[in-house]
Order: sequence, then C-alpha cells, then structure tokens
Amino acid sequence: MYIEALIALCLLGAVGVFVAPNRYAKKLAFGVSLVPLVISLYMYAAFDGSGNALLGGDIAYETFFEWLELGPYAVNYHMGLDGISLPLVVLSTVLTTLAILSAWTPIDERQSQFYGLMLFMEASLIGVFGALDFILWFVFWEAVLVPMYFLIGVWGGPRRKYAAIKFFVYTNIASLVMFVGYFALLFGLGGAVSTTGLPAVAQALRAGQLGALGPLGPETLALLAFIAMFIGFAVKVPVVPVHTWLPDAHVEAPTPASVMLAGVLLKMGTYALLRFNFTMLPEQAATLAVPIAAIAVISIIYGALLALAQSDLKRIVAYSSVSSMGYVILGLVAYTVYGVGGATFQMIAHGLISGLLFMTVGVIYNTTHTRMVGDMSGIADKMPVTSGVFVAGAFGYMGLPLMAGFAAELFIFLGAFESTVLPSAPLFTAVAMFGIVIVAGYLLWAMQRSLFGPFRLETDYEITRAPVHDVVPLVTLVLLIIALGTAPDIFFEMIRDATIDVIEFGGDL
Amino acid sequence: MEHLSNWLLLSPVGAFVLAALALFVVDAIDPDSTHQGVLAAIATGGSVVAMAISGILLLSGAAEGGVELFQGQLVVDGMSLLFTFIFGSVTALVTLGSIDYIRDLAHQAEYYLLVLLAATGMSIMASANSLAVVFVSLELASLPSYALVAYLKHNRGSVEAGLKYFLIGALSSSILVYGISLVYASTGSLLLPDVAAAAGTAAADYPGVFGIGVLMILAGFAYKTASVPFHFWAPDAYEGAPAPIAAFLSSASKAAGFVVAFRVFVVAFPIDAIAGEVYAIDWVLAFQILAVLTMTVGNFAAATQENVKRMLAYSSIGHAGYVLIALAALTGIGGPGTEATVLGAGMIHLLVYGFMNTGAFLFIALVEYWDVGRTFRDYNGLAKEAPLACVAMTVFLFSLAGLPVGGGFISKYYLFAGAVGAGVWWLALVGAVNSALSLFYYSRVIKAMWLEEADEPREIESYPTALYAAILIAAVMTVALLPGLAVFDTAAFDAAAAVLQG
Repeated sequence: MYIEALIALCLLGAVGVFVAPNRYAKKLAFGVSLVPLVISLYMYAAFDGSGNALLGGDIAYETFFEWLELGPYAVNYHMGLDGISLPLVVLSTVLTTLAILSAWTPIDERQSQFYGLMLFMEASLIGVFGALDFILWFVFWEAVLVPMYFLIGVWGGPRRKYAAIKFFVYTNIASLVMFVGYFALLFGLGGAVSTTGLPAVAQALRAGQLGALGPLGPETLALLAFIAMFIGFAVKVPVVPVHTWLPDAHVEAPTPASVMLAGVLLKMGTYALLRFNFTMLPEQAATLAVPIAAIAVISIIYGALLALAQSDLKRIVAYSSVSSMGYVILGLVAYTVYGVGGATFQMIAHGLISGLLFMTVGVIYNTTHTRMVGDMSGIADKMPVTSGVFVAGAFGYMGLPLMAGFAAELFIFLGAFESTVLPSAPLFTAVAMFGIVIVAGYLLWAMQRSLFGPFRLETDYEITRAPVHDVVPLVTLVLLIIALGTAPDIFFEMIRDATIDVIEFGGDL
Repeated sequence: MEHLSNWLLLSPVGAFVLAALALFVVDAIDPDSTHQGVLAAIATGGSVVAMAISGILLLSGAAEGGVELFQGQLVVDGMSLLFTFIFGSVTALVTLGSIDYIRDLAHQAEYYLLVLLAATGMSIMASANSLAVVFVSLELASLPSYALVAYLKHNRGSVEAGLKYFLIGALSSSILVYGISLVYASTGSLLLPDVAAAAGTAAADYPGVFGIGVLMILAGFAYKTASVPFHFWAPDAYEGAPAPIAAFLSSASKAAGFVVAFRVFVVAFPIDAIAGEVYAIDWVLAFQILAVLTMTVGNFAAATQENVKRMLAYSSIGHAGYVLIALAALTGIGGPGTEATVLGAGMIHLLVYGFMNTGAFLFIALVEYWDVGRTFRDYNGLAKEAPLACVAMTVFLFSLAGLPVGGGFISKYYLFAGAVGAGVWWLALVGAVNSALSLFYYSRVIKAMWLEEADEPREIESYPTALYAAILIAAVMTVALLPGLAVFDTAAFDAAAAVLQG
C-alpha cells in the first residue's frame, strides 16, 4: 500500500495547501512534500522486486483490486513497481520537493493554488509510473496535463496562454492517438486477454497471440498500433518534428514548472515508449529501427543546433532537452542491455541535470531579471555559488566523467554501438556522439559569456548572492548528480535487472 | 392487496410525494413563508431519502428481475431504481443550490413543491410499464417544469422561455399521445409486454399504422431528451430558466426522457420482431441517425456560443447524442453481453452526467447570483475570487469533455467501447471526435476563469453557503465516481440485461 500512501498523501496535501491561506502555503507544501519523499526513499531501501513488471517479474509494493468490468475486459486497480519505475518514482518525489523550494522566490501570487497544483502533479506522476493497468495508467497520464496547463497558463511569462494551450492541445491529441493504438491491440488480441492490464497484454503480444482486426492482418495491425503509440509518446518526449510545443512551454513556464516539465514529464514519454512499444512489440521496433534511430539522431543533432542558436539561457536549456531525450530514444532502439538500461538511466540523469539547470537559470533570473546571454557578463563574481552550480550542471550535461550524464551516455553509446537490431548501428552511434561536441559548444559558449569575464549587466537590479532557500536545492541536485555518476549502481543495478528481461524475451531479433 | 415489500419498492417515489405534501402543508399554514431553511430542508431531505432508499434497494438487489405492481402498470427493477437514484441526487443538489438563488423571490414553497412534483413524475416515468402510465407520468413531470422555467416572472427571458417550452412541450405531448393511440390501435394493448407480444403481428398486418405510431412515440421522446432535430426549445428554455431549474431540466428531465425511451423501445418494440417486416420501422437505424445528428449538431453549436449558459445548453444536447448510442447500438450484432453493456453504459453516463452537468449549471447559478454576466468574457479572472468553486467547475467541464478527472471518462469509455463491440464502430468514432472537439469549448471557460484577468474589478460581497455546498458536493461526487463507478457498474449492466431479456 506504499504507492497508494504516496498518492493519497500528495492529494490530501494538495487539497490542504489549496485551501490554506497564501502565507502558509509554501511552508505547508514543503512540509507535505517531505513525507512522500521520505516514504519513497524507504521504498528504495526496502525494494525487493526483481525482473520486469510486465514480463512476469516479481513486482514490489503490488496492490490489486477489481475495479470495473467492460464486457469481456476487466479493468483492475493494479499498481506496483519494478526496477524501471521505482527510480522514476524517487525522481518525482525528489524533484517535487526541490521544485517547491525553488518556487520560494519567484512565485509571489496565488501561492496556495500554485503549491496545491504542484502536489497534485506529484500524485499524478507517481500514479503514471506505478500503474500497471492501461485505464488506470491513462487516468494518471491525462491527469498530469491539468496541473501543468494551469502552472504554465497562470504563473507563466508573457505568452503563457498561448504556450499553455499549445501544450495542452498537442499532448492531448497525442494521447488520443496512442489510446486508439493500444485499444486496437487489445481488440486484436480478442479472447487471448481478459483485462486491460499491461502485464497480460504484454505477455499475450509476446506470445504471438495477436489476431486480425477487421481487414487488418496481425502484422499490419501490430505495425499500425506501434506507430500510433509511438506518435502519441513521441510528442511527449518530444522528438523532432513534434517538439515545437516544448520550447514555448518551457520558456513561458515558471521555474518550478520547467523543472517538473523537463525533469519528470518528458520522462513519461520515454517511460511509456519503453513499457509499451519496446516491451510489447519488439519485432515492430526492430522493423522500424532505422527510422526511429534516424529520428533519435536528428533530435540529438538538430536539438543541439537549435540550442546553439539561442541567446536566452532558458531556451538553451529547453532545446538541449530535445537533444538529450534523443539519446534515450537511441538507447531504446538499440535494444541491448546497455542501450535500454542506459536509456532508463539517462531518464533519471537528465531529470536531475535539466532540473538543476532550469533552477539555476531561474535563480539567475530572479536576481538579474534577464535571461539574455548578451545582457550579462561576469555574474560569477557576484553569485559564486550559483555560477559554480551552473558550471557543474553544464559539465554534467556534457558528460563529464563522475557525473550522472557521463554514466548514462556511456551506457547508451556502448549499447548502441553493439546493437544487432539496428542496421549500421556504429554509424548512428558515431553521429549521435557528435552531439556531445555541440552540447559542449553551446554550454561553454553560454557560460563563458554570461558567467565569466568582466562584470557587466544591463538591468537596474542590484546583484546579490542567492538566498539559502534558492541554493539548497541546487547544491542537493549537484550532490545527487555526482553520487549517481560515481556510483551508478545506486539505480543501474535494479534498472538492468528489469530491462534485461525486455531484451531476453525479445529472443533473437 | 400487494405484498408489503412491494410498497417498500415504491417508497422512493413516496419520499418525493411526502416531501411535496409536507410543503403543501407548510404553504397552507403560512402562505408567504420565508423560512427558506425549512422549505429547502424538506425538499432536500425528501430527495436525499428517495436517493438513499433507491440506492440501497438497487445495490441490495431487492428488485432483481423486476417486480410488477398494479397489474403490471408499474414495474420496479434495477433500471427504475438506478434512475430514481439519479433523480434523487439531482433534485437534492438543485433544491440545496436554490436556497440562495431564490432568496428574494416570492412563492418559494411552490418552487420547491413544483420541483418535487416533477421529480415524482420522473420517478414514475422510470417505472412506467404501460403506455398510459408513460403519458400520465410524463405530463406530471412536464407541467411543473413549464411553470418553473417561467418562475422569474418579472424577467422577460424567463417568461418567454416558459411559454416556448410549454407550447413545444404541449405539441410533443400530443404527438406522443397520438403515437400511443396508433400503437394501441394496431396491437390492442397499452401494457409494454403485451405490446411486445403483438408487435410482430401488428408490424405485419398494419405496417403503416404501427410504424407511424412508433415513429411518433420516438419523436415525442426525442423532444423530451432534446435530441436533434427536436432540440430547438432547449437552449432557449435553459437560458431563460432560473439556473438551478436549467440544471434540473438538463440533467433529471433528460434522464427521465431516456429511461422511458429505453424501456418502451427495448421492451415494447423488440427490434428482431418488427424490423424484419417490409414496411415496418427499423428504430435502431432511426436512433443511429438521431445519435450522429445530435452529437454533431450539439457540439458544433456549442463551439460557436458566446454565452456560457447557452454553450452548456448545447453541450447537453451533445451529451444526449452520446446516450443515444445506447439505443443505436442494439443492432443484435454484438450479442446479449454487448447489448447489456451498451445499454448499461447509457444509464451510467446519465448517472455521472446528473452530477457533473447539474454542478456546472449550479456554478452558472452562482455566477448569476453574483451578477457577473453571462459571456465567456465575463468569466475572466473568476478563479481569483472564487478558487474553490472554479476548481469544481473545472472538474465538471473536464469530466464533461471526457478527461479522466471524473466519472465522465469512464462512462464515455463504456459507451464508445460498447458501440465498437456492437459493430457500430463509426458511431464510436463520431462520438470520440465530438468528444475531442468538446474539450475546446469547455476549456474556453476554464481559460477564462483561470488564465485571463478580469476586465474591470469586480465586487463579490457574499459567498452563498448552500449553493457553494451543492457545487462542492457535485464536484466531489463527480471525482468520486471515477473510482466509485465500480459500485454501480455491475448493477447498471445487470439492470440493462434484465430489461433486454424482458
């Protein structure tokens, strides 16, 4: 019942914070968010699952109730964690608490509503990673959209309404496409499954029980369903060319929302790709390996080039997410133990690093009231800790050894290089690796111009050192990034344990 | 003498009647009573009792298989109890929410009285097992409604709406009763099971008389449920009516129209017995056309409105279209299991709709109480002044659109999946596309409330407790029905299966 406790606490906390007076809201929200954080850390410590939750592994913290009946299909309340989902749950609780801390300075109106939404989002995110039934999972998946829509639309920048609606429309339409894809599979399986549950469907599909649906034969049906689900999740990730909502949403969103968006929400897309596309339909993934790898590599290079062309610090970080998430797709499509495991590890690493960078940009903006690289210079003299953290985060992004990003990218490249599923894997890998060079380029360029050199600032605000409550989350994240980089086994062992089944069940693809 | 337990089965109706009589007494003793608390407590109490008893009877399976009363004129079964539950919950919310809305108006006792009498009529409609009872109970539900729509008698819009509603209602009643007479003429019976027994021969012997009779009955119900093309009265009536009455009509009255349609068409006109005849009417096809038209026209018209109340009125037409799928999918392709699923899905959708749509109209009542205005623009920035009510409204609208924040997601999922199972997948497709479209106009309200700034500063002086309570209860129920439908779904599917088996 631990997952339920996490969700219930977040929801109750959200309601409590929502009705609390503004001046108590942030303290209350911070206090509330510590409880799920501690519980999730305990769940990490006491984790006893093994294997992949969808492929017959032992599921930790499992709960199962019968919920609804729809004709031949049972919709059950089925929750549980394995080595893939547990790290993401921990990531969600950690980042929510830190994001709430980072909201201390910039959020100065309608605070109780803001923090209430943050906690509501935390509950939904935990639900997304914990749910093992499609309908239940979809409920949480869609529920995440609602708070993010308001967080961007109410507390965002000047073009917040446009960005919020674009975000909502893009991701909601994508969800519907994906929904159709999954149900096509379910109907195609016919009597082979009696539930909408993910494990049952995954195992039936792997056992080759997919039949025809109307005029579509099993092969075509599986391929079309794969594509529908891929499109649905690709928007969320996002990959080029459906990435255009992301920079708008990121730039307009307030810092804490950007942190959650980049840190956790994007992972929903890659998590779902792993769970649905690559676990359930490995043969179709292999068939489409080249186009998917091409999309991944284009996202890596094009995203990085777009970041290179920006002069707004937040936009730089936003576009770099497109690039980093491309690595995840590359790792998944490689379909090797290190590729898929590394992709999952990269989800965590990127969550921490991009969260860190967004927070740092937020702190700089709170003080200087500008995000333009051209407007500032020599910030490091006045804000040494913040600048140091920015440098650390940037190094993490570039894949400096002993930082989380290095471990993740190393795994992915190792895995991708050896891929047997992906034709001309070394070529794709080599091109993708070139992305790191561009990443290093734009980050070093941005840091050099904004942080170092003689001090100059084109605003009227006085520069002071960031307050403690701004610095604490930054330093915490740096420590976590270094911890994951030096000891990737904190998570990688359980990730590998859960992803190895995905590969092995794939047989000799 | 009927058995005592049979009277227990009628006690939900009795609760409505007793509460109405109690209001009569209060009104007789103190004609100008301004003890709103007492009046509303009687009305709400009566409805809650009706809701509770019908809920308990439903879930305990007391009426399993259906119990016929008064020589088969009435039947109490799962479907009638489920709908009485809906009427009770909607009536309770409406009477609770009305306290503040009609605070300064005259004839308050009569107001509550009329609501309860209409609810009585609706719950008899749910149990009607004879075409005569169908007609009488439908009139008992309709006549108070006409008066209630015109209740704001110093408001031209309200009076005009009342008149319009009355004239069209009278016309549709006459069409319905004429249709009933034709069916009686061709089958020789008014009792639904007897009509069913004679339907096959009637369709063969008097195809014209019988077929036109069925069509006219269908038209009568289409008026009642505000289905396209018999929907023209609805937006005007809902817009002119006091907002709580609009909630009542668009939720409870519509559900009442549907329960009669479910029972009459499924029980009295078995499709396999009559569709085979050359000139006879294939009412499933008629409902398919009706469903597509109603969904599409309702949603597209809603998307072009500038007035929130009218938008909700049109969206409620769209929802009638979704529920029509329940009848339109009885094609016989999917087999008994699928038919029970899709008919039960119609009931479940009306159950959820009772809370989410009533809540949305009660929110409109709140806004009217504040004199804020009626267009989307007037709603700008409301969330700053009334965050809780706006959260509730957001829940209603997202749930109406089918996002999984409330029971609306599950009930639409049931309907569409049921349609796919019945082989009319294109109906589910039209529904899903409409549902996606509806998100755009619902989110306009949400955008106005939360994202926009008010054009000019507003003075909101008081926060009416009872209305707020009603809105919040409706919101909590809407959300609770997402997991909580598990309590009702088996009962609804069993009820549907029982009706289908006859």
